Amino acid sequence: MFEHFFADPKTIALGAVTGLVFGFLLQKAGVTRYNTIVNQFRFRDFTVLKVMLTAIVVGAVGVYAMLQMGMIKGLSVKGAELAMNAGGGAIFGVGMVLLGYCPGTALAAIGQGSRDAIVGVGGALVGAAVYAEAYPFLSRTLEPIGKLGKVTFADVTHASPWWFIAGLAVVAIGLFVVLERHEKRANHA
Amino acid sequence: MVNLIRKSQWSPYLAGAGIGVLSWCTFYFMQKALGTSTSFVGAAGAGVCAVSPEHVAENAYYVKEYGAKGGGFKPIFDWQMALDFSLILGAFIAAKLGGSFKKEWVPTVWSQRFGPSVGKRLVAAFFGGFILIFGARMAGGCTSGHGISGSLQLAVSSWTFFVSMFASGILAAGLLYGFGRGEGRGKEVGHV
Repeated sequence: MFEHFFADPKTIALGAVTGLVFGFLLQKAGVTRYNTIVNQFRFRDFTVLKVMLTAIVVGAVGVYAMLQMGMIKGLSVKGAELAMNAGGGAIFGVGMVLLGYCPGTALAAIGQGSRDAIVGVGGALVGAAVYAEAYPFLSRTLEPIGKLGKVTFADVTHASPWWFIAGLAVVAIGLFVVLERHEKRANHA
Repeated sequence: MVNLIRKSQWSPYLAGAGIGVLSWCTFYFMQKALGTSTSFVGAAGAGVCAVSPEHVAENAYYVKEYGAKGGGFKPIFDWQMALDFSLILGAFIAAKLGGSFKKEWVPTVWSQRFGPSVGKRLVAAFFGGFILIFGARMAGGCTSGHGISGSLQLAVSSWTFFVSMFASGILAAGLLYGFGRGEGRGKEVGHV
């Protein structure tokens, strides 16, 4: 594992620049705070949902436009293994509430001085090692359930991805309008 | 522009749009999607490898994530590992410029519920981090790789993860903090 430990310098430099911008944006968004993340799940602060849905809609428009214009060769879709995706997501949700950060925001939180995030990352490294030991069992049992391959909703329904993107945009903007209205009212109360 | 950088917190829509545009850049310039959690496997694998290289070479998961085509392993310190390390620096710069850097062991929402004990908080953080990555690796991604990158590609896997993660988080937060609305209504939304 150590023979070729480092990727080429250009790849590392590009990753580093990406992380710098990503970490900067996550911190400015406020989603590197335990309070913000936990209060999302308690319906007291909708910052996480606002940030994620905006990123998803903006990202989707650009990525699918570039794909259509041939500017990018393809997508980078992760395989659907529905039992693993759903089961892992459920476990992840509990971890996110207990730790109060997700993997990326835990690293970013270290940068803003959150000491508990350092211990959380330590736990995460142990969790990764334990998962590697559990994987052979899970790959025999859960992984084959709902295995659909690297598919998008556009693939599954044979519809244009733009229908989904438009639908997402409408839902997101509608939700944002409702949230902003409620928050304004709550602040005045 | 200078004022914006000095602000401690941005509009979530501005920051979210920024992340969306960043994902255009990773697709266009690097043929990659934003993600953070695979590198935890690489780091853990490197740690295990220091003790027992044979064990890592025989483990199906390390081979699945990092195995090279002709045998052996791909570099562990790759694009994403570099990204992960510089997340710390990026957030540090943002926090310093915005005046929101603060050394903190116990977040306020935690201490209001569970008290100011540092030990208690760290145990929860360790255990939380443990199951967080276990879940992320089982699902095949985390809030970045699935939640943002996968969702924006309309991936079936990612939306399955997203919905399940949110439902479980709501349940977990309800069990830990109570489902009622109680005190602290300052930022409460949806209260009639």
